[in-house]
Parts: sequence; structure tokens; C-alpha cells
Amino acid sequence: MYKLLLSWRYLRSRYIALASIISVTLGVATLIVVNSVMAGFTQEMHQRLHGILSDIVLESHNLDGFADPQWHMEQIRKICGDDIAGMTPVIHVPALMRIPFRGDFHTRQINLIGVDKTTYTEVSDFSQYLLHPGNQEKLSFLLREKGYAPGRNDFPPSGWVYRRVQAEYEKELARQQREMADVESSGDLPASNIAPPPDPYAPSIPSDSYGGESNPITSGDVFDPATEQNTGIILGIATCSIRGRDADGEVRDFYLCGPGDDVQVYFPNAGSSPKPVSTSLTVVDLYESKMSEYDATFAFMPIEKLQSLRGMFDPLTDTRYVTSIHMKLKPGADLNGVRDKLRAAFPSDQYPYRIETWRDLQGPLLAAVHMETTILNILLFLIIAVAGFGILATFFMIVVEKTRDIGILKALGAPSQGVMSIFLSYGVSLGAVGSGVGLVLGLLFVIYINKIAHGLELITGREVFDPTVYYFQEIPTSIQPTMVVGVMIGAVLIAVLASVLPALRAARLHPVAALRYE
Amino acid sequence: MDSFYGLAPRTSTRKQSAAGPHVTFPGDASESTASTKQQVLLSAHGVEKSYRKGKHVVPVLLGVDFEIAAGEFVSIVGQSGSGKSTLLHLLGTLDAPDQGEIHFEGRRIDNLPTSSRDLLRNQYFGMIFQFYHLLPELSALENVLIPSMIADGAFRYWRNRRQYRERAEHLLELVGLSHRLKHKPRELSGGEMQRAAIARALIAEPEVLLADEPTGNLDSKTGEEIMEILRTLNADQNLTIVMVTHDAAIASQADRIVRLAEGRVQAA
Ligand SMILES: Nc1ncnc2c1ncn2[C@@H]1O[C@H](COP(=O)(O)OP(=O)(O)O)[C@@H](O)[C@H]1O
Ligand SMILES: [Mg+2]
Repeated sequence: MYKLLLSWRYLRSRYIALASIISVTLGVATLIVVNSVMAGFTQEMHQRLHGILSDIVLESHNLDGFADPQWHMEQIRKICGDDIAGMTPVIHVPALMRIPFRGDFHTRQINLIGVDKTTYTEVSDFSQYLLHPGNQEKLSFLLREKGYAPGRNDFPPSGWVYRRVQAEYEKELARQQREMADVESSGDLPASNIAPPPDPYAPSIPSDSYGGESNPITSGDVFDPATEQNTGIILGIATCSIRGRDADGEVRDFYLCGPGDDVQVYFPNAGSSPKPVSTSLTVVDLYESKMSEYDATFAFMPIEKLQSLRGMFDPLTDTRYVTSIHMKLKPGADLNGVRDKLRAAFPSDQYPYRIETWRDLQGPLLAAVHMETTILNILLFLIIAVAGFGILATFFMIVVEKTRDIGILKALGAPSQGVMSIFLSYGVSLGAVGSGVGLVLGLLFVIYINKIAHGLELITGREVFDPTVYYFQEIPTSIQPTMVVGVMIGAVLIAVLASVLPALRAARLHPVAALRYE
Repeated sequence: MDSFYGLAPRTSTRKQSAAGPHVTFPGDASESTASTKQQVLLSAHGVEKSYRKGKHVVPVLLGVDFEIAAGEFVSIVGQSGSGKSTLLHLLGTLDAPDQGEIHFEGRRIDNLPTSSRDLLRNQYFGMIFQFYHLLPELSALENVLIPSMIADGAFRYWRNRRQYRERAEHLLELVGLSHRLKHKPRELSGGEMQRAAIARALIAEPEVLLADEPTGNLDSKTGEEIMEILRTLNADQNLTIVMVTHDAAIASQADRIVRLAEGRVQAA
């Protein structure tokens, strides 16, 4: 009883001790904030990476790929069919894309990915990242009438609506150019030199030096861009747009092309001496995963078309080639276990395959984030440890100051453990109060972090998270209960450890020496 | 074993309230004490004590023999530095002698284990000091209650708190401090602090009161008031009192005076 009474009275009469635990409070608050933000960031990143990538990828080392994906998928099903939720064959090939823009070209380096439109959406969240709601529902490589990117004001006109107008405009442009040429030539050139009628097969964009092949889906005699489209391609949003600020400082996306436009794509064909293949494709949708690396390089087209263009299809034997197989596992399946089984079944000394989980593929990035979190935690716990030394010093001071009281208590028959527990419970309650306040502060900060960031923006006039750099609209946070509990236990433990030494000293004090103490 | 002291009103209540563990003395404790009225309650036998200050050894007590009977009021006098406080601390088991023995109720107590000595101080000895030694964070009433809190665990204290509180208030009234219950020591005068300290020493109904210069810091009038309280306690309640002082006038109010000089008790 006297222990509680006295430690309570000491607590109330010594605000210096409360001051000494402010550092504990701050340490706990920052630890909670930093961990929540890092966890939120990691979670967000995991989700995105995982959503974009499938669970396990079997990938050929060779750009020419391997034959017979069906046989491979059957084998995989035999090995670990119970864990597999879905599989899809995929072709990855580096490619060059030329986007016609105002009579000029923008050239981009892209990762051209041939996907199967029914199964690919089953192994990843691919369709979630498409801009047309119809494609989110059911992927199609046909251009849609309209309705792209609902709710985005700065999205350019797109779809068939746009394509027809554009085709009309270009037809008119071509006609005027022809007339101009006629007028110019009629005067001083012989009649035989009259410009030939426009090439009916020419795509709506000027054809290039390779005499690119166009891929009209409708096999009419004349390709009419107002009613026909080439094979569809879905572009990563950053391959065809530039994010920047307008004169008012507002963030805007500036699109070089959009759904309804045609682009020219070049990639190597399969074979022992690859040659470039060129094709004209119609953009049918854009892809926005918010992972800048992917959005700036990915482009998707139907796998069958890519196979025939690259010569990865042998019509005689009906053999198809792919460069990789993506797998999705059932929930709860052991990711690394399945990978290891597959690795055993396709040993790398016999098959030129890489079999990796999505974690393996993103290993360096995930490891870097993990490392960052760990280092921050160590640093912040060092801060709390420093706070611990502050408590230690303050407590020693208080014990020295209370020497006579300790002597009195002992003279009145208080046992040493009793005296010790006065100072221990003092330390525990200080630690609990300090970390409790820190907990509340930290949680409040995390909950209102976006409002706080917004407030800071208003005050400083600078954006905390520049949206031209980060794809986050908001700062992602995730409060992990185990982390919070761990931080609290750690902080209280440090406060207790810091009070053990002074408490022991108090317990060891000789009553007479303490009574004589002036 | 209390009945023969003739302290019926005091001891009977104590045995009820302090129903907790009694001091367990080592060895056989067959009671061989019960004949004369002049029963020795507390005694020192050939007690020696010296302090070590680095390499120097400061001898303070060189073989002190001292006895006090139950119900007696003895004052120990001597010059400052003669070792009066040291002797009192030894009698009160706050310190252990280098040589010799301390006996209480016929049993040796200086070599008891720490927990038994803690209990002895808490239940059988009351102590008051020259500098009052009240806890500055607590009110007068709380200071008086501290020994009871130490005796009981939190739960038992909570259950008995009303009883304890009543007794503490009664004691404070006895020493004339009923109007200062809620005051902190720094709001009290020296005399008032010493009254509170006396009340605190009495709360556990001790067998003996050890007073170390209780008037040493007070003016003569206030000191006289304190002495009045002590004399009344001795006379009315038959409380055994050992009082240390260097003031001859104060000392003379006791039944008997013991003179301490050169580390020994001098012939009176
Ligand atoms: N802890 C200690 N270390 C060294 N000397 C001490 C210590 N305590 C007391 N003394 C010495 O012992 C002697 C007796 O002290 P004390 O019992 O307080 O005397 P009194 O109470 O009669 O004035 C004094 O000379 C004092 O200096
Ligand atoms: Mg003294």
C-alpha cells in the first residue's frame, strides 16, 4: 500500500521525471508512425506487384521460347495440380514503338507481352488496371465505341467515336494535299507525272521504310480506318503519356495517343538470326497499374497474333511457342513449395527455364524496403534507449534525493523489496504513461496523416508527395497490432530496465546511513 | 505473554489488529520470564561498535552494558559524538553491533534475519528522531498510517483502513494535532512535526519507544510540551521509553539517567 501511495506521490510531485519520459513518448510515437507508413507502403507495393505479376512464372531463357505450352501445362498440373488455380501462356519480347504525333514520331522502348485474353486475366489482376470498364469486366482487343476512363476529365476523346472523326480528318487532309500536288504539277509538270492515287493499303499513319505490314482485322479490300481496326494493343499509360504540370501548377497527363489511334511496333522475330518485324496496331485501351516501371514499359497484344508475326507458330505441325507460363496458386498454397517442386521437375541443367515466384522476381525491391524498415526501427529504438539513460539518470537523482525517506521507511520496518518496488513501480508507471501517450499520439498521427500532409502542403506550399513522382494519391498506412504491442512492450521494458539500477540502490541503502544523510 | 506487563488496554488491541506473523525467534523460546516487577525489556550486553572511514577505524562504543525495564523511562545523556544515537540504532536493530548482544524480552535480537528485524521495528519498536523524519510528500495523517501500511498488504490494509484511520486520528488527537490532519510536514511547525512523529511511533502499539533527541531541534517551551506527552505516555500507558539527549534539564525528567562517555556507560 505504502508503495503505491509513495510512487504515486513521487510521480505527482516530480514533473522532471515526466519530462524525462517525453523522449520515450516521442520515440514510441515515431516508431508507430514510421512502421505504419512503411507497412502501408509495403502492403500497397506487395499488392500491386502481386496483382500485376502472377504467383509463379516459368520463363524461358531464350527469346524464341519453348514449344508446346499445352504439354508443359499438363506436366505442371500433374506435379502440383492441387495448388494451381490457373495458368496462361505468355510471350515477352522487347520491342520498339513509334507513336505518330503531329506529323512526327515519338519512339518508345517497350516490353511487348502476348497474352491470352481469356486465361491471362485469371492469373493476375491485369484487367483491373485497364481504363475501360468493359475491359475490366471482360478483356477484349477490339476497340470500343466510347466510355474510356470514366471520371477523368483530362482524358482525350477515344474509341470508335474518336477514330471515325480522326479518319475523316486525315482523309480530308490527304485529299487537300493531293489537290495541292495536282495544282502544282498541272502547271509545269507533264501529265504522266501526276501523283499516283493513294495506296489503299496504307495505314492511317505514314508507312515507314520497312514497308510495315498492317493487320486489318476485317479483311476488306480497302482498309478503311473509319470502320476497321488493326489488331488491338493495350499500352501502359506512361508509354504514351507524359505527366507534368500545366501553367497553373496542376498535375496533368498529356497523351501522345489514346484508344482509337494506330501505332507502329517493331520487334525481332524468332529464329537463329532475328530480323525486325514491323506491324501496325490499334490502341484499344490503356493500362495503369500505378507501378511506374510497368506503366512505362508494358504493352499487351493477343498472343496468337504475336506468335504468327514472330514465327512462333508452325502451321504444319500446329506447334506453338511461348516464352513463359504464368501460374496462379490457390489461396493458402505454399508459394515456395510449389516453386521448388517445379524446379525439381524442370531441372535447370536439362531445361532452359527459370522458375521464380513473384517474390523472387521482386526480391531486390522487397529486400530494400525491408532493410529500410529494419534500419529505421533500430535507429528509433536507439532513441528510446537514449531516453532510457535519461530515465536512469533522473531516477538516480530521485533516489539520492529520497535517501532520507528510504531510511525512514526502513526504520519503520519496510523491507528492502518494498522500498525497491516503490521505485520499480514508479518506473513502470512512468514507462506506461510515456508509451501510452506516445501510442495515442502515434495512432492519431497515422490516422490523420493525410490530413496532416495536406495541412503541411497548405502551410509550406509544397506538396509532400509530388504526384508527378509518386503514384500515391494518399500516403498508405497500415497499423499492425503486433507491431504496436511490440513497441509498447519494448518501451516499457526500457523504462523498467532503467529504473532497476536506481531501485536496487535504494533497496541496498543502509537505514542508518540513509537516516544520517543530510 | 503481554499480560504480565500490565498493559492490557494497549496490548489487547494490538494483538487484534496486528494478527499477522509475530517475530519468530531462533532457538527455543520457552518462557522463563515471569517473576519480578522489574522485568528487563531491552538490554545491551558488552556492545562494541566502530565505524570504518577508509583506513581509519573510529571506535564509538567500547563495550556498553545497558538495561531498561518494562514501563521504565530512561534517558541516555552524553556529549555530542559520544555515540548516543549509535547505541539507540543498535537497540532498535537499525544497525548491528561489532561485538556484544542486544536482547529484547529475553531473546537475542541483533542477529535475527533481516525480515524478523523489519517486523520487530514495525510492530514492537516506535522511533522518533531529532529531525522528525516525516515523509514530505504525505500529510500528517498519512505519515501516521505508514507503519500500518507497511505491516499489511494492500488488500488487508484496504479492508482495515477505517479502523486504522480512526486509530491514527485518535493518536493525533492525543498528541494535540487533530486540527492538522491534512497538512504536509512543510506546513507544520517543528513541535507539530514531532507530535505527528510520536503519533506515528505509537500506531503499531509498540512495547518500547526509542527517542533520539526529540527536543533537540525545538525551543524550550515546545520541547517541554513534547516531554509532557512522553511523560504522560509513560505514566498513563506504562510505555517503556529510551530517550537520548544532551540536555541535562530534559534528561532529568526521566526515571533514570544513563551517562555515556568514552564509549562506555559511566557510573551515574
Ligand atoms: N557512518 C559513519 N562513519 C564514520 N563515523 C561515524 C559514522 N556515523 C557516526 N560516526 C561517528 O560516530 C560518533 C558517534 O556518533 P553518534 O552516535 O551520532 O553521536 P551522538 O548521537 O552521541 O552525537 C561520532 O564521532 C560520529 O562522527
Ligand atoms: Mg545523535
